[in-house]
Amino acid sequence: MIRSPLAAFRNLQRRGILGMNRRNIAYISRYNNRHCFPLVDNKLQTKKLAIEFDVAVPELIAVIDSQHDVLKLQRFLQGRQKFCIKPAKGSGGKGILVITGSEQGQYIKSNGQPVSLTDIQRHVSNILAGLFSLGGAVDVAVIEDLIVVDQCIGRFSHEGVPDIRLIVFRGMPVMAMMRLACSASQGKANLHQGAVGVGIDIANGRAVHAVQNDLPVATHPDTGLELSALAIPSWDTLLELGCACADMTGLGFLGVDLVIDKTIGPALLELNARPGLSIQIANNAGLLPRLRQVEAIRRAEMMAIPQRVAFAEEHFAASSDVI
Amino acid sequence: MKPSRTPLFAIVALLLLAGSTLTWYRHQAFDVPWMPGEKRQVWSIEAKLEFIARGEPVKVSFAIPDTQNGFERIVEHTASPGYGLAFIDSPGGRRAEWSIRRATGRQTLYYRVDMEVDPGQEIQQLAPELLENKKLMGSGPMETSALQLLNNALQRSADHYTLARELINEFNSQQQSADFLAQKQNRSRWLVQLLNHADVPAREVLLLNLEDGRRRQPLVTYLQVFDGKDFQLFNPQTAKQGRGKHQLMWEYHSGALLDIIGASQSNVWFSIIDQEVPASQVLELEKQQDASLLDFSIHSLPMEEQAMFKGILLIPVGVLVVVFMRIIVGLRTSGTFMPVLIAMAFIQTSLWTGLIGFVLIVGIGLLIRGYLSYLNLLLVARISAVIMTVIGIIAVFAVLAFQLGLSEALKITFFPMIILSWTIERMSILWEEEGAKEVLIQSGGSLSVALVAYMVMTNELVRHLTFNFIGLQLIFMALAILLGSYTGYRLLELRRFRFFSAGSQ
Repeated sequence: MIRSPLAAFRNLQRRGILGMNRRNIAYISRYNNRHCFPLVDNKLQTKKLAIEFDVAVPELIAVIDSQHDVLKLQRFLQGRQKFCIKPAKGSGGKGILVITGSEQGQYIKSNGQPVSLTDIQRHVSNILAGLFSLGGAVDVAVIEDLIVVDQCIGRFSHEGVPDIRLIVFRGMPVMAMMRLACSASQGKANLHQGAVGVGIDIANGRAVHAVQNDLPVATHPDTGLELSALAIPSWDTLLELGCACADMTGLGFLGVDLVIDKTIGPALLELNARPGLSIQIANNAGLLPRLRQVEAIRRAEMMAIPQRVAFAEEHFAASSDVI
Repeated sequence: MKPSRTPLFAIVALLLLAGSTLTWYRHQAFDVPWMPGEKRQVWSIEAKLEFIARGEPVKVSFAIPDTQNGFERIVEHTASPGYGLAFIDSPGGRRAEWSIRRATGRQTLYYRVDMEVDPGQEIQQLAPELLENKKLMGSGPMETSALQLLNNALQRSADHYTLARELINEFNSQQQSADFLAQKQNRSRWLVQLLNHADVPAREVLLLNLEDGRRRQPLVTYLQVFDGKDFQLFNPQTAKQGRGKHQLMWEYHSGALLDIIGASQSNVWFSIIDQEVPASQVLELEKQQDASLLDFSIHSLPMEEQAMFKGILLIPVGVLVVVFMRIIVGLRTSGTFMPVLIAMAFIQTSLWTGLIGFVLIVGIGLLIRGYLSYLNLLLVARISAVIMTVIGIIAVFAVLAFQLGLSEALKITFFPMIILSWTIERMSILWEEEGAKEVLIQSGGSLSVALVAYMVMTNELVRHLTFNFIGLQLIFMALAILLGSYTGYRLLELRRFRFFSAGSQ
């Protein structure tokens, strides 16, 4: 197991693992236009864009954009049991408050902790002041309906919302994983916070591999369920949704986070113009061979969505990876 | 589709070429050695005289130092456009005299001297004559009080030096008398007068504390007490005897530092650089005293700016360390270039004081910031509060350190406060969101980058090269551009993705 750094370097190269430097230079700065970034960095803009392009998104309850409106919070939340407050410009899941119920004027967070209305107001004030936004810029708070996850995949997750991350390159879905929150990640579905990442076969939506904290795991640490049994329903619809998201933003290298809601079905959660690289660990496969295949296609962006999905399912199946 | 890399490599090649040519030229033409090598310590001191002329003839007479115990004067320069200049060597000391028929408005004159440190140098000085009229006259309450102090000191002393020391101690212990006497003239003047009264030749001298890179350094008054052909210096406040290694006597002939006729509001500022000059070059300097070199480099600037650049030119090295640590190693730091600023603060404070100070300030700041988050404040106001807290912490530490006699810890004020406040704020948020582990990772990353940057920036060779070869800056730039286009793996990614290697076997 002890190898020289040079051998490790060569091995990663052979496996086609995409590193942070190459991601930044060869993909993000080459394929993602600077002026498109606000569309994905600002969740409110993403949402408006999605509604415009008929992409399914969770219902928008309210937008709070001034400190003054914080006092009206109670009115907005009247009669709502479940909702979610996000900073429009937040990154890495920062500043997202998920309320799953309310009792006697107290709200219950997704991890079961009660919070008061004042706490929520303070959270919104923090959002407005830019505490969670990149570079501390002033921000707005977006309140949206909480997603109720479809039970067929919801049962795998401990708390929070399991989401499906797609890497869409030039309009083509190239790699997918499912992110399952667990108690170690405090209900958050971000891998660096300790969530379980399950690599998903682009060809059929079935699990291929799973990791937690960069180490392989076989079962979910909290629910104990066998992760290899995970299979995502309506897989083609999800892939098509991912393609549509890429088309509406104009970004060439995009991370698309999708969910399957009980009522509205597959929906867009958020977009990311700088998708992380852990998806490769979850899939036990490197991104580079797939990205190179897409780069070899002359006009990938011009292909029709079903054509792209078909191409992806044919070429990026887990079995085709060089191991 | 792939953008060409050619322009990038062309720029890098151009920068490398220009940088190495400049560096080579400087090595060849000015004979600057690559290595610090065998060197003599030379202090370059620049005095900047400022005054406002009234439109009349102006005559400026300025005391300047000569070869003295421990120092040898090698070169002196002046910059004084339009002024007549003469150096006058007289028993009353060396003086530079500038003169002009007409001048109006703000005038600036420069005088620069290079003093080589030479511990073997010994120059005898003549004791000032004991003049009757310098003796204590009159019998007012002040004179009585002063003579009382002198009598006490005389009883506890054996010779000239012990008398001087005891007299200063007397001033320190009889605080009331000392305060009363200070109403008439300052302490050192009283001391000289009292010593003369006791037939001990003594005078006030002006000393310059030599510190590298210092600008606007003031002169300090010391007491010079003679015993036959020998003399000793005394600090008139602490009675400490002897001269420090880095103290130069600037004025020591009982004269005035500056005499100006025809102008007002005069000021003198001193800037100091410690130059490690190769032994061979010291000789050169002495020879080519007046040959002005056509030298388009930092070294043709006035000393004050040179002193500044000595620090500034090190920043690119520190920045390069950060670039390397982030792109090649992959360390996470809080705030991109915060480590460089911390490293520069370490240079000012010395390493251990700096490290302890940093950990203390950030630690206490985090505790207080933790409380502030309960107060539900808006971001800008909260950061302002953190800034004020940091200043408060620094002030408290400085006072505490001073009271405990740890003068070293006073340097804590060199820390960049705004940057520290942001660091505290970011770490505090990180703590709330990601837990203490991530805070430790990031602050550990920042500190280790700062440490590496500090070690590189204080390296003797690096300091020598950056200050003497400006061309290196272009090479640094080329390196930064090259690093910016590195697409390989970061060292820490090898660890992050280690299970790929395990799986492939």
